Amino acid sequence: MRRFAQFWWDFIVGDDWRVAAGIAVAFGLTALLATTSVPAWWLLPLAVAAVLWLSLRRVAR
Amino acid sequence: MEALTIVLAMGVTRGWRAALTGTVAAAVALAAIVAALGPALTVIPIEVLRLVVGALLLVFGLQWLRKAILRASGWRALRDEDSVFARETAAAQAAAHEERAGLDWYGFTVSFKGVLLEGLEVAFIVLTFGSTQGSIPLAAAGAAAAVVLVVAAGVVVRGPLSRVPENTLAFAVGVMLTTFGTFWGAEGAGVDWPGDDASLPGVLGFVVLVSLLFVTALRRRRPAFA
Repeated sequence: MRRFAQFWWDFIVGDDWRVAAGIAVAFGLTALLATTSVPAWWLLPLAVAAVLWLSLRRVAR
Repeated sequence: MEALTIVLAMGVTRGWRAALTGTVAAAVALAAIVAALGPALTVIPIEVLRLVVGALLLVFGLQWLRKAILRASGWRALRDEDSVFARETAAAQAAAHEERAGLDWYGFTVSFKGVLLEGLEVAFIVLTFGSTQGSIPLAAAGAAAAVVLVVAAGVVVRGPLSRVPENTLAFAVGVMLTTFGTFWGAEGAGVDWPGDDASLPGVLGFVVLVSLLFVTALRRRRPAFA
C-alpha cells in the first residue's frame, strides 16, 4: 500500500513537492478572488510562472 | 519512445516473443485502465472535473516543463536513447535466463513494466483531456495514432529513435499540459476568462514566452552539459 501511494506521489508530484504545494495555494487564492468583483483570470498564470521559476532556481543555485 | 527503446533492447537480446508479449499485455492493461476510469469520470460535474483535472494537469505538466527547461538550459543532461539502449542491452545480456509460462521472464517483465509505466503518462493525458472535452474515445484514438507512428518509425529505423528531438517534444508537451491545466483549472476555480475560449492562445503564448525566458536566464547562469 505504501509503495502504491509512493508510486502515485512520484507520478503526479515528482521531484519537487513545493511545485504542487504552490499550485494548491494558487488555486485557493484564485477561487477566493473569483468570489469578489475583482477579475481573477491573471492570478493563476502569474502564480504558475512564479512557482516554476522558484523551483528552477533551486536547482540552478 | 522510451518504451520503444526498452522493448527494442529486450527483443534484440532476450527474444521478440517475450518482448512483444510483455508489450501487448501492458497495452491491454492500459486499455483496461482507460475503459474503467473513463465512464466514471463522465458522471462528475464539469466544473468539479475541470478544477480537479486542471490542477492535476498543471502539476503534472509543470514536471515535464521543469525537466525540459533544465535540459534545454544545460542544467540537466539530455536523454540519450542510444546510451539507454546500450545500458538496457548490457543488463539484459547479463541477466540469468528463467523461463515461466513458456516465456523468457526477464524480457517479458522488463518490456511489460517499461510499456506500462511510460504508457500510464499517456493514459493520464487521454483521461484528463478526453473527460474535460467530453470525448475519451477521440483522445484515445489520437494517442493510439501517436503510438502507431512511433512503432512504425522504430520498425523503419530498426533501432532507438535517437535522432528525434526528444527534449523539444517534451518541452512542447509540458507547455501544452501547463496551458490547458491553467485554463481549465482556473475555470473550475470560478474564473471567467476574457473572451472565454479565445483567451486560450493567450495563455499558451504566455507559457511559451515565460518558459523560453527561463531557459535563457538559466543558460546564462551555467551551461553544465552544453
